[in-house]
Amino acid sequence: MSNIKDSQGDVWEVFVQSKPGLPHKHAGSVHATDKEMALQNARDMYTRRNEGTCIWVVPLDAIVSSLPEDSGSFFDPSDDKAYRHPTHYVMPDGAKHI
Amino acid sequence: MDNTKKLEEFQAKIDADTKIEPKDWMPEDYRKHLQRQISQHAHSEVIGMQPEGNWISRAPSLRAKVVLLAKIQDEAGHGQYLYSAAETLGKSRDEFIEELQTEKAKYSSIFNYPTLTWADMGAVGWLVDGAAIVNQVSLQRTSYGPYSRAMVRICKEESFHQRQGYEIMAHMAKGTPEQKAMAQDALNRFWWPSIMMFGPHDSDSPNTGNAVKWRIKRETNDELRQKFIDKTVGQAEVIGLTIPDPDLKWNETRKSYDFGKMNWDEFWSVVNGNGPCNRQRLKHHIAAHKNGEWVRKAALAYAAKQKEIQNLKLEIRN
Repeated sequence: MSNIKDSQGDVWEVFVQSKPGLPHKHAGSVHATDKEMALQNARDMYTRRNEGTCIWVVPLDAIVSSLPEDSGSFFDPSDDKAYRHPTHYVMPDGAKHI
Repeated sequence: MDNTKKLEEFQAKIDADTKIEPKDWMPEDYRKHLQRQISQHAHSEVIGMQPEGNWISRAPSLRAKVVLLAKIQDEAGHGQYLYSAAETLGKSRDEFIEELQTEKAKYSSIFNYPTLTWADMGAVGWLVDGAAIVNQVSLQRTSYGPYSRAMVRICKEESFHQRQGYEIMAHMAKGTPEQKAMAQDALNRFWWPSIMMFGPHDSDSPNTGNAVKWRIKRETNDELRQKFIDKTVGQAEVIGLTIPDPDLKWNETRKSYDFGKMNWDEFWSVVNGNGPCNRQRLKHHIAAHKNGEWVRKAALAYAAKQKEIQNLKLEIRN
């Protein structure tokens, strides 16, 4: 999906961190003609009730996404590597805290 | 992959309650249905600011005024969340606004009724937002991801709206006989249009079939209406107001209220543009949009200029 041109400025995706220490999470989008406006619009729209400690705004065009129709082959390399999971390993009976 | 296969996979995802996301394949009718439903929902939030805006300068106290301002700001925000969700389906904000202004798209016809007294601010918050909440709580489970996420956000904010409306009604119902009469009058005028907000009976609702199959709608119009009525009757009793329906009666076998016949002729007449305020609402929206044109133009011009300066700086540096 790319930016559709209209009279309202570009679409910016908004990511909000709700508490220090937590990751930024996608909240939605805003329209804005520059980054300051994007940040202010995002604040007014997504943090009216103390929902955030930090906001990122990213122009929609700058986001690169994998495609759902390719997800099978795209994520395939991780399918056959069960040894990356802790449950792959056999622990001796009686071993604790491991 | 051919379309039949894609359609099967799509329906299997829906049936497994896996959300559909913007880049996923979807049938054209699903996309169109959502574009229509989400944009109408957005238009309703935006047009819904007008009947309440009418009372900002006339609010009876400073507290009432700041509350009303905050509520209306929320409605603007809800409109934005919904337009954002609708835009992920590949139509621009300009197109949606144009559809509204040229009457190709509708908005909830409840907003075509005037708000005549302060008690109407109570009735709108209590009944109109109350009905909207019942609908929106159900839509949190809708199959389209961005719509569902917008609904979750909106529901979190909406309950303050209903409570502020009910507080106004409770306050007036406890006041002088004139104030109580004013509250009752507001309930009388808003009751029927509010329960008709859920739309026609399931048997007369042409869009229900696909919407339920695709899990855009999780409950039907009649189911949602019944939920709202069952919740609201007790609230009216608590504050000593009477719901204007002589046929309203508890049904012990159904564990629900039976209620009287709705006036669908009036409903369709208002939907089709002949309500008390249809023309006024649209005229105001068009005027406000036109008045903001210079702001949008100035912002775009400023952004272009900033880009130019930036490029010039880069050139000099190189």
